[in-house]
Amino acid sequence: MILTVQDVKDIAVGAAILGSGGGGDPYIGMLMAIQAVEKGKKVELMEPEIVDDNDFIVPVAMMGTPTVIIEKIPGGEEPVYVLRAIERYYNKDAKFITPIEAGGVNSMIPIVAAAYTGKPLLNGDGMGRAFPELQMVTFHLIGVKATPMILSDERGNTIVLDAIDNFWAEKIARAVTIKFGGSAYIAIYAMMGREYRRGAVKGAITLALELGRAIREAKKRGVNVFDAILDITKGFKLFKGKIVDVKRFNIGGFARGEAVIEGFDEFKNRRMTIKFQNENLIAIIDDEVIASTPDLITIVDIETAKPITTERLRYGLRVAVIGIPCDPKWRTEEGLKVVGPRYFGYDINYEPIEIRVKRLGL
Amino acid sequence: MTKYILGVDVGSTHTDAVIVDENKNFVDGAKVITTPDVTTGIINAMRAVLEKTKIDKTSIMAVSFGTTHIINAIVQRKGLGKVGVIRIGAPATRSIEPGIDWPESLKKIVIVDYSIIRGGHEYTGEPIVELDEDAIDKALMRFKEMRVDAIAVTSVFSIVNPEHELYIAERARKLMPETPVVLSHEIGSVGLLERENATILNAATLKVMQGVVNALEKALKDLGLEHAKMFFAQNDGTVATKDFTVRYPIFTTVAPISNSIRGAYVLTNIPNAIVVDTGGTTSNIGALIKGYPREGLEVDIAGVRTNIRAPDIVSIGLAGGTIIKVQGDEIVIGPESVGYKLVELGIAWGGNTLTATDIALAKGVMIIDDPKCKPELPKQFLDLALVNKVYEKMVKMLEEAIDKVKTSPEPEIIILVGGGSAMWPRRLAGAKEVIRPEYAQYANAIGAATALVGAHVEKAFSYDAVSREKAMTLTIEEAKKKAVEAGADPATLEIAEVEEIAMPYLPGNAVRIRVKAVGKLKL
Repeated sequence: MILTVQDVKDIAVGAAILGSGGGGDPYIGMLMAIQAVEKGKKVELMEPEIVDDNDFIVPVAMMGTPTVIIEKIPGGEEPVYVLRAIERYYNKDAKFITPIEAGGVNSMIPIVAAAYTGKPLLNGDGMGRAFPELQMVTFHLIGVKATPMILSDERGNTIVLDAIDNFWAEKIARAVTIKFGGSAYIAIYAMMGREYRRGAVKGAITLALELGRAIREAKKRGVNVFDAILDITKGFKLFKGKIVDVKRFNIGGFARGEAVIEGFDEFKNRRMTIKFQNENLIAIIDDEVIASTPDLITIVDIETAKPITTERLRYGLRVAVIGIPCDPKWRTEEGLKVVGPRYFGYDINYEPIEIRVKRLGL
Repeated sequence: MTKYILGVDVGSTHTDAVIVDENKNFVDGAKVITTPDVTTGIINAMRAVLEKTKIDKTSIMAVSFGTTHIINAIVQRKGLGKVGVIRIGAPATRSIEPGIDWPESLKKIVIVDYSIIRGGHEYTGEPIVELDEDAIDKALMRFKEMRVDAIAVTSVFSIVNPEHELYIAERARKLMPETPVVLSHEIGSVGLLERENATILNAATLKVMQGVVNALEKALKDLGLEHAKMFFAQNDGTVATKDFTVRYPIFTTVAPISNSIRGAYVLTNIPNAIVVDTGGTTSNIGALIKGYPREGLEVDIAGVRTNIRAPDIVSIGLAGGTIIKVQGDEIVIGPESVGYKLVELGIAWGGNTLTATDIALAKGVMIIDDPKCKPELPKQFLDLALVNKVYEKMVKMLEEAIDKVKTSPEPEIIILVGGGSAMWPRRLAGAKEVIRPEYAQYANAIGAATALVGAHVEKAFSYDAVSREKAMTLTIEEAKKKAVEAGADPATLEIAEVEEIAMPYLPGNAVRIRVKAVGKLKL
């Protein structure tokens, strides 16, 4: 399918929900993608199944500081620089572009890249949501390496980074980003078609698209927006209430914290605690865990159904909490080692959200 | 001789004028109906209060206007200027063009041409690339040919380093000295698109503001007040001289909302509270912190995202003239309002539209000083059980809005102001105390009349490059300079607010410093 401006807007809305509280505000990304779709080449979205074993697949994304991204907006040609550089390095033509993180702002950057290069975009990603660290990618689980990766800035400076492991890749990439002025475009986890078909969370873009479209149409028709969200994501309404407390603590450079929600309507006299670290990671009703990472926990405004990112949580907001099952790849032993509750320092065993919800009789 | 100040506030339903003395004592006030052109209503209100008080006009030293002229001009797309837009930031920033998400009808009128030129700075203050001076001259010459009314200039990280914006101002002065240039570092904060939007809107409303000043100057002359100094209420709860305001009209867009919050402070002397301003159409609820309105992050002006400083408020469509519909068990409150026609259409005035005021009268909580108002009418017309049910729902709506404005569950003092505020009970959930001060119906105009002159400056620094002390001094000095420019008496200057915000994930101790300086009106 060819993406339209309306599709881009819908994907941005859906991607914010899949961001589960993180992934950055897709607003700037959305405006970039709108302009790219209007002015650039046609963006064709293709299914992962059509990829051949030896096709060269390049995920593109953006990294950097939110303050810089909202001020020094990208030029638009950076994805062309990263693609050219990675093609040169591997001496292969990139056949497809793909997102690596469908939640938040990085859902939009590959659309920009596709529009300015004319390369088709694959309907998959490496998370099915948003996560904060480089190795938290399904491709990592099947042994694809993050590097050699490319970083480019708006001037056309390009760096090839080949690190001994993902820890060093993260460390060096951050330093380069700072030298670029606080933001960079990246091509990372470049891989072959056979790896992509095996490792990708398939349908990530159309999921965001359907989600955004359903929300828009539900609003237009005046029907229940939450039902539309739950229907498409096969998710659960975990809670409804008012935020009565938000605590934040800065541990090891991550914005950790906790929000307490006091229930109303059918949740009257109950309390939910959400523990977050960039993304929402654990949801607890009264004293019982109801959902945990890698399942998605998204907090939305009860009137507008607009997702609220963790940095914007504050006292007094009326919210609904939605839980969405993650991709099965994350539910394996290897997956949970990388993104399970224990990796983030919570002494909790992971259990699929649908089982927890059933046990608690929600 | 006692000196007086006349304050005017334009609301959606009524325009008020008050006279206060230099010690902030209320003398008297008058309310008239807001007119579509705004200016006639202002003149009517001033005339009414002058006639009522019979104060010697020569003792009125200043007139302070809180007006909706600018926001109306933008919403109605009336009288707006053609703007040539320059953004300095290429090769960065080209992925989003100026005005990309503006309402199409507004963009077409305002943004007649734009150029994105190489230059701009990093967060450290170093240039991204060298400034393309030839491209600037070319753009300016093009704007000259097109006869743009004003030029809006926005450079990447200009609040860290404004040199590229200043260079363009210099070139424009040479090449097209008659055309005003608006620089973004004087308008907004970090966030290129929002700051650029505010800068363009400011440029587009320069002509409108000049027209307003001319009309009001004439009005003052007609009223025998030509000697009085003109001030305009600002979004942040301060006022500024007409000379300042004709350069920065965008700072007046939501001033009437701030006026009410300032007025609540002046009337009660309570520095920290939640203020509920209930007029005829809406209730605006905002927080009063240390005597000033709490400010929000983003301000939407007629569908355009900006980041100018403005009060953080929650608005509900529930005020004196709000229409109440009862269909069986269902009660629909607003958001439609009869507005100023309350005194014809309201049941208490013999009409047949049920309004929030009728409910409050039937409930017996409200007294209206108007011989034409008959509280017994709604009492006869309405079933008491229904009245109780509707009133309870109204109060609940207000309480929820108040709760959204609060930042913690701690009970707070609630101050009720505005013409419709008498409809509220003296007890509210989450309130430590509910106060409706004397002259509450004139709080907005009193806020305008008693405000201090103020100015804001926001700059960004890297403490690795500039010491914290030097950065603070620089910002404070600039804020003071700007406050004097806005009309403050230099002898009375004080720093109302210093805010230091760390920019996360950046090395070099990158911070933003915001300073607000205030002083008394130089009369």
